[in-house]
Amino acid sequence: MGAAAGAGAIAGFAPTKFAIAQPAKVRVGLLLPYSGTFARIGEAITNAMVMRFAQAKDMMGGREIELVKLDSEAAPPKATENTSKLVNSEKVDVLVGPVHSGVAMAMAKIAREEGVITVIPNAGADQITGPLCAPNIFRASFSNWQPGYPMGRVLAEEGKKRVALCYWNYGAGQQSAQGFKDGYADGLKETGGDGEIVKEIGVPFPDVEFQSVLSEIAALKPDAVYTFFAGGGAVKFVKDWAAAGLKDSGIELTGAGFLTEGVTEAQGEAAEGLRTTLHYADTLDNEVNKIFRRNYKEMWGKEADVYGVQGYDTAELIRIGLEAVDGDVGAKDDMIAAMAGATIDSPRGPLSLSPAHNPVQNFYLRKVVNGVNTVERIAVEALADPAKGCRMG
Amino acid sequence: MDLTLLLIQALNGVQYGLLLFLIASGLTIVFGIMGVINLAHGSFYMIGAYLAYSLTAWTGHIFWAVLLGAPLAALLGLVVERLFIVHLYHRDHLQQVLLTFGLILIFNEVQSIIWGDDPHSVAKPEFLEFSIPLTDVQSYPAYNLFLGVVCLALAGVMYWVVQKTRLGMRIRAGSSNPEMIQALGINTKVLFATVFSIGVTMAALAGLLAAPERSVYPGIGEQVLIISFVVVVIGGIGSIKGAFVGALMIGLFDSLGSTILRSMDHIELVSGLSVDNLTSVTIYALMAAILLWRPAGLYGRAQ
Repeated sequence: MGAAAGAGAIAGFAPTKFAIAQPAKVRVGLLLPYSGTFARIGEAITNAMVMRFAQAKDMMGGREIELVKLDSEAAPPKATENTSKLVNSEKVDVLVGPVHSGVAMAMAKIAREEGVITVIPNAGADQITGPLCAPNIFRASFSNWQPGYPMGRVLAEEGKKRVALCYWNYGAGQQSAQGFKDGYADGLKETGGDGEIVKEIGVPFPDVEFQSVLSEIAALKPDAVYTFFAGGGAVKFVKDWAAAGLKDSGIELTGAGFLTEGVTEAQGEAAEGLRTTLHYADTLDNEVNKIFRRNYKEMWGKEADVYGVQGYDTAELIRIGLEAVDGDVGAKDDMIAAMAGATIDSPRGPLSLSPAHNPVQNFYLRKVVNGVNTVERIAVEALADPAKGCRMG
Repeated sequence: MDLTLLLIQALNGVQYGLLLFLIASGLTIVFGIMGVINLAHGSFYMIGAYLAYSLTAWTGHIFWAVLLGAPLAALLGLVVERLFIVHLYHRDHLQQVLLTFGLILIFNEVQSIIWGDDPHSVAKPEFLEFSIPLTDVQSYPAYNLFLGVVCLALAGVMYWVVQKTRLGMRIRAGSSNPEMIQALGINTKVLFATVFSIGVTMAALAGLLAAPERSVYPGIGEQVLIISFVVVVIGGIGSIKGAFVGALMIGLFDSLGSTILRSMDHIELVSGLSVDNLTSVTIYALMAAILLWRPAGLYGRAQ
């Protein structure tokens, strides 16, 4: 890395407009939701990024960092206009965002055309690091396929023979379900066991009418159910599940980690014992995570979560890119090469990027104990997204 | 698909329908009598739910929260009517939509400032904190049954008020001929303020009562808004009876429909739609069919 940074400094640094006393600031544009349902997530990402930049005294690669924040409202129809505003009017050097996959699709399209270096701190749409992948687009979070796959493997390895799926029937839910099915099939192949997906039940997004769905599952009596719900929907599903007596029925409720992420307090007793898979857990026992969580709590007065971790790694990727070129954002190719080759010691564990620029990371099997997602074990180590349809360059 | 499942789904449908009725009843009288399209109706449901959260935390019991929350909502309704809605009576629907949509944005922002964006749960009363076994696998939460009974009782009260009281008579008269009741010397200013306040209270009551079952989180208001309009249109604008029948139809269609569709083999391949999309389609198809048959809705008066 040191060598790369040195080479970048000689080859790439062209002291143009900021050659004299004060170099211009590096403008980092944040297109994140600061209002509406996802405001919490936008805030967590921003907080962690601000913290990471503050730790570097707001200087990276010898240049000061300046944040330009724009509320995405998590509204796909406004995504094109908002992205253009940041890229063309605000002239940001690096683009960060969004949370919502629909916004990400529009944003990625412009990022591809304009070539601005973009880091996605949350949105999981598979396409972004699939058919829509581009050299200048990076993701610091996950693809929707990823958290589903390990849960499928776990259930197959444990010999669950009849499995039902239940998810919000929109992009993210469908991709998560596909991940689960791939993992389940791979798990069966490896163990030589047999099993089947007995039913897939879609629920229109973002509906929370679960009573009739639960009755259906009860009538099916599968060994386990894999779900994809988040936020208020996750709270209601888990509570409805318990209230319908299904918790003691021998049918295991599992899901992508979002089912119990940041909502266990509202879920209360109903969430106890639930197992999910995700690329992070608050209780991950590594030094980086402990320090990260302590610092975050000190600075913002609340506990960090997975979104904070993603924001932190987003800032870390930007730091690696900027330092490799000594702050010369014009040296795009060198910056991209440095970011693509980055290995980050993240609070979530070791993190690197796949050729499609999607995280290669551990997925943990977690279990809710006393309202906390505790790590049972690594479900799949260094899992990469299949990145179907990605052709770089 | 066996009979037990169908019966359970019918129960689910009735319970969902009764809650929908509670929300839609307020919408239909405001729409029918005052001629105001109130998009912010879902926001009052949301406010009810958040009041349930705060007041339950404060008083320790959802019943106190309902008793305190309902008058608060009525007051809020009066204030909103005096400040905003009063300007809409003689304007066209587009302006009503604009203003009440603006109210949605404001209420959502206020919610975010006061309560934050985390989901919250509201404790059920202890004596309803149990479930009744239905099959060897599934049981039914007692609170849901209680909720259904309360909705039914409120429907009864609404019916009595509308059919048997002087206020109800005026409401019905206002719904069928607003100019005439004005000509007869009835103070429509007071009547409209009362009606709007009742509408807000009904929505908030639905939110208050449903909060322990459904939890509280941003965006719950918008979730019930569209389907409430469907109920109102099916039942006939301004008709409480229509809202009741319409809500039960939607509830039953939603839960029974999806079960029946899901039990048909290859339905997804044949239709090219997933079952949940098909269910939504059938609900809107139901609405279209009813409007073709009765353009003013089931119990609406043709203009």
